Amino acid sequence: MSRVTRTTRASRIATLGGIVLLVVLAAAPYWAGRADMRLMSEIYLYLSLATLWNLMAGYAGLVSVGQQAYVGFGGYMLFALTVFGGLNPIVAIMLGGVLAALISIPIATLVFRLKGAYFAIGTWVIAEVFRLCFAQVQALGGGSGSSLPVAIVKEIGVKKAVREANSYWLALGAAVIILAAVYVFLRSHRGLALTAIRDSETAASGLGIDIWRTKLEVYVVTSAFTAIVGGLIFLQKLRISPDAAFSVNDWTAFVIFIVVIGGIGTLEGPIVGTLLFFALRELLADFGTIYLLVLGFVAIIVMLKAPKGVWGLIRARYDLELFPLSYRVHPKD
Amino acid sequence: MSEPVLKLTNLDAFYGDFQALYGLDLGVGAGEVVAIIGANGAGKTTLMRSISGLLANRADAIVYKGQSIGTLRADQVAACGIALVPEGRQLFPSLSVEENLLIGGKVGRQGAWSLNRVYDLFPILKDRRAQASTSLSGGQQQMVAIGRALMANPDLILFDEISLGLAPVVIRQIYDALPGIVSDGMTAMIVEQDITKALSVSSRVFCLMEGRIALEGRTGDVTHDQITAAYFGVDS
Amino acid sequence: MDWVNAVVQGVLLGGLYALFAAGLSLIFGVMRLVNIAHGDLIVLAAYLGLSTTVLLGVHPFVALLVVMPLMAGIGYALQRGILNQTLGPDILPPLLVTFGLSVIIQNALLETYTADPRKLSGGAIETASVNMGGITMGVLPLLTFGIAVAVIWGLQFIFYRTALGRGFRAVSDNQDIAQLMGLNKAHVFGVAMALALAVVAIAGILLGMRTSFDPAIGGGRLIFGFEAVIIGGLGNLWGTLAGGVILGVAQTVGARIDPGFQLLAGHIAFLVVLAVRPNGLFPRVEH
Repeated sequence: MSRVTRTTRASRIATLGGIVLLVVLAAAPYWAGRADMRLMSEIYLYLSLATLWNLMAGYAGLVSVGQQAYVGFGGYMLFALTVFGGLNPIVAIMLGGVLAALISIPIATLVFRLKGAYFAIGTWVIAEVFRLCFAQVQALGGGSGSSLPVAIVKEIGVKKAVREANSYWLALGAAVIILAAVYVFLRSHRGLALTAIRDSETAASGLGIDIWRTKLEVYVVTSAFTAIVGGLIFLQKLRISPDAAFSVNDWTAFVIFIVVIGGIGTLEGPIVGTLLFFALRELLADFGTIYLLVLGFVAIIVMLKAPKGVWGLIRARYDLELFPLSYRVHPKD
Repeated sequence: MSEPVLKLTNLDAFYGDFQALYGLDLGVGAGEVVAIIGANGAGKTTLMRSISGLLANRADAIVYKGQSIGTLRADQVAACGIALVPEGRQLFPSLSVEENLLIGGKVGRQGAWSLNRVYDLFPILKDRRAQASTSLSGGQQQMVAIGRALMANPDLILFDEISLGLAPVVIRQIYDALPGIVSDGMTAMIVEQDITKALSVSSRVFCLMEGRIALEGRTGDVTHDQITAAYFGVDS
Repeated sequence: MDWVNAVVQGVLLGGLYALFAAGLSLIFGVMRLVNIAHGDLIVLAAYLGLSTTVLLGVHPFVALLVVMPLMAGIGYALQRGILNQTLGPDILPPLLVTFGLSVIIQNALLETYTADPRKLSGGAIETASVNMGGITMGVLPLLTFGIAVAVIWGLQFIFYRTALGRGFRAVSDNQDIAQLMGLNKAHVFGVAMALALAVVAIAGILLGMRTSFDPAIGGGRLIFGFEAVIIGGLGNLWGTLAGGVILGVAQTVGARIDPGFQLLAGHIAFLVVLAVRPNGLFPRVEH
């Protein structure tokens, strides 16, 4: 009888390597400098955003150009709940995620009426509405924004070194949890349903999969986690404003490029994409707009010539999979 | 037969990895009416799509009037003088009856066929010229599809299952009109599941089975048993 | 009277929004493509108009004679060079490629012209106004609305009364069979995009005369065009005009309540229509 497995030698090595890497990264406050830790935190947070966007777009087929709505929402909830609710920042961020999940439901019922590219622009409109609404709230700084009060910042750690370490661990933790959660979800039968929907909606619904409900679940969960990441982002930045919170460039354009270039529809893709993105940024650091121009060109070329991204090329060439998701049949020897 | 106007040599056809036609060799003489019969999935429509350019092929697999047209796009093949009446009619829903006919003439080839001559052939279409094409009955839609192909003034016209889904009296009506259509020396290939009808208007017949030619001969010469054997793949 | 005035201004503003939307609607109708870079192309047209007026020393309307064919040419090249390859059953490639295009155009404009706001000077018509029944209407907004109506009428004419339009509708219905009719779909799509960008050129010049513009406002113009299309209903150009008018009126009435409320009022009107009439007010096709 043939054997059906999910793990491969590559994925076993990757799991081992991943654990070692995780230990090394967790120890970063002891071996890395301040600037490096900030950079790594930024990488973790972008990786989180990319993984989440990839889940929605690459697996559920919901291509959103408006996730900045939830990034900004999470950021503003951090500020609002700590300053006016007296909550601990971490609690505020978690609660922000819950609140984001709640408002994402009525939003989904609206935007799900639109399909394809119209859905994408619809999510952008929602983000614009968020931006305009928060700009009206004078208590949170109105159009020019506000800074996080020192007292609240100190709740993360009284001494600067402690704060930096805690911020770093929060970002690392978020990335690990989100990657793990998405992986577990995709391995489950719900994840299988999602892959079925991605491959063929008509066939999937013919099998009794409730497409609308599955997409709604993915949208709500993704939005909640995105808001949490947003809270963490602005905890690091210490300052928020409507334009920064709901920036299309920062929270959507970069994320989309990361996922597309890395490899959409795979778990490894966003990781590869994030690393490439930051490598490119270091390379072109002095060139401002040229950087975005290059990104745009690369994204277009990748989409036309190698639609599965860099990881897609690697995977096809070497039949590699680091996160064991596919089933393999081993014929009886 | 003198040099055939259409010559297929070792024609293969693929849908992705799936092979639908296996090395077909076929020749059609000028002015001939040839029937292509076979069961569902035998490859008849694939053959029509290959000749009309909707499926890509080797350049010399399809030679028309001495010109290799295998790699040409469908619009380029149309300009060469080959017109297809597609399976299932496939009229343009956004166009009226007259607009469907007019767009058939987009190729701009000169010849005997014009809008007025098509209306003479199928007078009912003139009455319904401004109607949405898909609001017509099946038989009338078939007339539009045929008229649309004629408007291109083709030298070779391909009919793909024109009796499909039509009532017998309508089928008879259309087949009665066929001799008048191909009378000007036009070459025709008729794909049909209705064998009797196909044989009634053609001089030669090819029977396809699973992508290969199982039988070929003059209509008067082939027997009923031979056709049955070729059609169903029964070893005789 | 103030409210009536706000409504009238909104109607005229709707003409500009309808011009934003017309090209978007046309392209979706012919090839089911939504071009995320559409708004940035409008801004590109405004900048091309700017350079033309500076280089040749002419009025923006005269500059149109240069910008329209230029944008049409860009459209044809863009479609045949890049966008045709993205068409197909998968929604990701056209979306992501046009998104990349949007970023490229914005940043190319930023590099070339800097972020400083610019404006096309229309001269006298910018300040001239007429008075009808107690309502003062600017000549430029009035002209814009008239041009919008004319453009839509022209597009309808092309679509339903010409061989070109027949080709558009045939290719949109059934690409394969249209090819059998001698229509090269790659070329037809190219011509459709050229036509759409010619309209975009008009929209860009009128936008540039009306307000100041900078490389970053493309996204906003796309959203207005998109909202006008959705409010009006897909597949109906006159519906798009109605959608633009409704959006414009929502915005001007909102501005009358509070100047900072203008954009939000428009978005709310859009969301309300999306909630109660998801297919728009005058739809001809499903999404």
